[in-house]
Amino acid sequence: MSQATMEIKRISGHAGSVPGAGTSRDYDVCKLIDTTTCIGCKACEVACLEWNGYGFTQTSFNNSYQTMPDTAWNYWNLIRFNEYEHPDHGLMLLMRKDQCMHCEEPGCLEACPADAAIVQYANGIVDFQEDHCIGCGYCMTGCPFNIPKFSPTARKVFKCTLCVDRVSQGLEPACIKSCPTGCLHFGSKEDMSYLANRRAKQLQEHSNFPNAGVYDPPGVGGTHVIYVLHDKTIPEAYGGLPADPHIPWSVKLWKHPLKWLGNLAMIGGLVGLAVHYLRFGPKVVPGADKFPEHEGPRP
Amino acid sequence: MSRDESQILPDGRLLRYTYVERLIHWLAAISYVYLLLTGLAFWSPWLYWMAVMLGGGTISRELHPWAGLIFFVAVLAMWRMWAFEMNVTDNDKQWFSQVKHYISNEDEKTPPQDRFNAGQKSLFWGFVVCGILLLLSGLVLWFPNYIPWNLRWVRYLAVLIHPAAALITIGLFLIHLYMGLAIEEGALHSIVGGDVSQSWAKEFHRLWYDRVLRSTPSASAGANPPARK
Repeated sequence: MSQATMEIKRISGHAGSVPGAGTSRDYDVCKLIDTTTCIGCKACEVACLEWNGYGFTQTSFNNSYQTMPDTAWNYWNLIRFNEYEHPDHGLMLLMRKDQCMHCEEPGCLEACPADAAIVQYANGIVDFQEDHCIGCGYCMTGCPFNIPKFSPTARKVFKCTLCVDRVSQGLEPACIKSCPTGCLHFGSKEDMSYLANRRAKQLQEHSNFPNAGVYDPPGVGGTHVIYVLHDKTIPEAYGGLPADPHIPWSVKLWKHPLKWLGNLAMIGGLVGLAVHYLRFGPKVVPGADKFPEHEGPRP
Repeated sequence: MSRDESQILPDGRLLRYTYVERLIHWLAAISYVYLLLTGLAFWSPWLYWMAVMLGGGTISRELHPWAGLIFFVAVLAMWRMWAFEMNVTDNDKQWFSQVKHYISNEDEKTPPQDRFNAGQKSLFWGFVVCGILLLLSGLVLWFPNYIPWNLRWVRYLAVLIHPAAALITIGLFLIHLYMGLAIEEGALHSIVGGDVSQSWAKEFHRLWYDRVLRSTPSASAGANPPARK
């Protein structure tokens, strides 16, 4: 959590190597969200708005406690409320704090074409640099969690920064600070994983939740925001948490095989044309004047 | 379908492209080159400097879709003007089977061609089909925030189709540029000034040449070009 961990690890749309990569020892951060002790008070939603300087926007009522249907470009943190009829536990009111997951292999960064618009720090934080963002929205297509949101006024994309400005100063993210039940924790990935697994084991052994577990999806290389779930087998019930998130295959296909095939074809085509010219040269028109005899265009 | 307005000009040269045809060609050409440069900038970080040269990534992202609309309108106009003459015939299939002679500049061994040869027809239909694909996928990429999450597969398709179709047009464009600038003397002038010499027409577009001469018999005297003024 020191400033040393704000060393840059990966940069979007960037030609060449990443300056300073790998110069200090790994120390990554992690946010732990224990959905089993969340009471849905939304203090984290308020703290997020306050710290990041956004005002309250219009809320909507849809037969639940949820503030609005989805996160927004100026509303990065939203508790999703879901009623779920569980075969073993009966009716459950599931509450999940939804925000950027800060993937170890970020789909947004993979898809982004703008140099340095998305940066991944060595501590795991994936941060958008809006001054470099060109507003293409490819990050929205690359993200498996539906997190980046386009601002029609700024014409750029915004999302949770994991309070990079606080973390770089040795503080915890604003949402963590505001949580009254202690369901939110912040620390190193190693410590948070340990804490999460211990809590899951406690739920299994003492609270009759045999399927309790930690959500740290390997499909995106693990995340720097992890959940403790009552039932790990039904992540979708927690407001659409994907069971096996990964960067969309079409984005991978586009950014790797298609790109290399395309580059090869374009360079090969240019070389081929040059070779053709050297071998065969221009077509000679017998008896034709090399240059037109008149001046100026025709009707 | 507009009809072919090719004719023999008073000085004996042949009018190959009318003013409107040339105008639309250059509208397509200029918009395409802008699309190509900004598109390549988004394609690879190593080419991002192209967007920087053209006013920056944000401006390029804002203008690229509008240039795309202009390009599509130009392609649509070309389709209206030329689709009839671009019909692929048996003659064209024969031309393709002997394309190696065309490549090695032994044009006399290829079947005589009408106003557009089979290669030009391929270019035309390639750009029409890819133009439609680029427009449809481009609209999705223009407004990704309007594609709801449960229809995200549309975005997944668009990010693949758009560059794939663009790559095909780049191949066609490179060959087109090479033919027009380096291979066929007089081809560039034909799309700027509009006219070609009779020997050029006879060499590359024999059927068209015969047709033009037949349709304007009174002017066939021009077959012997008058002396320069």
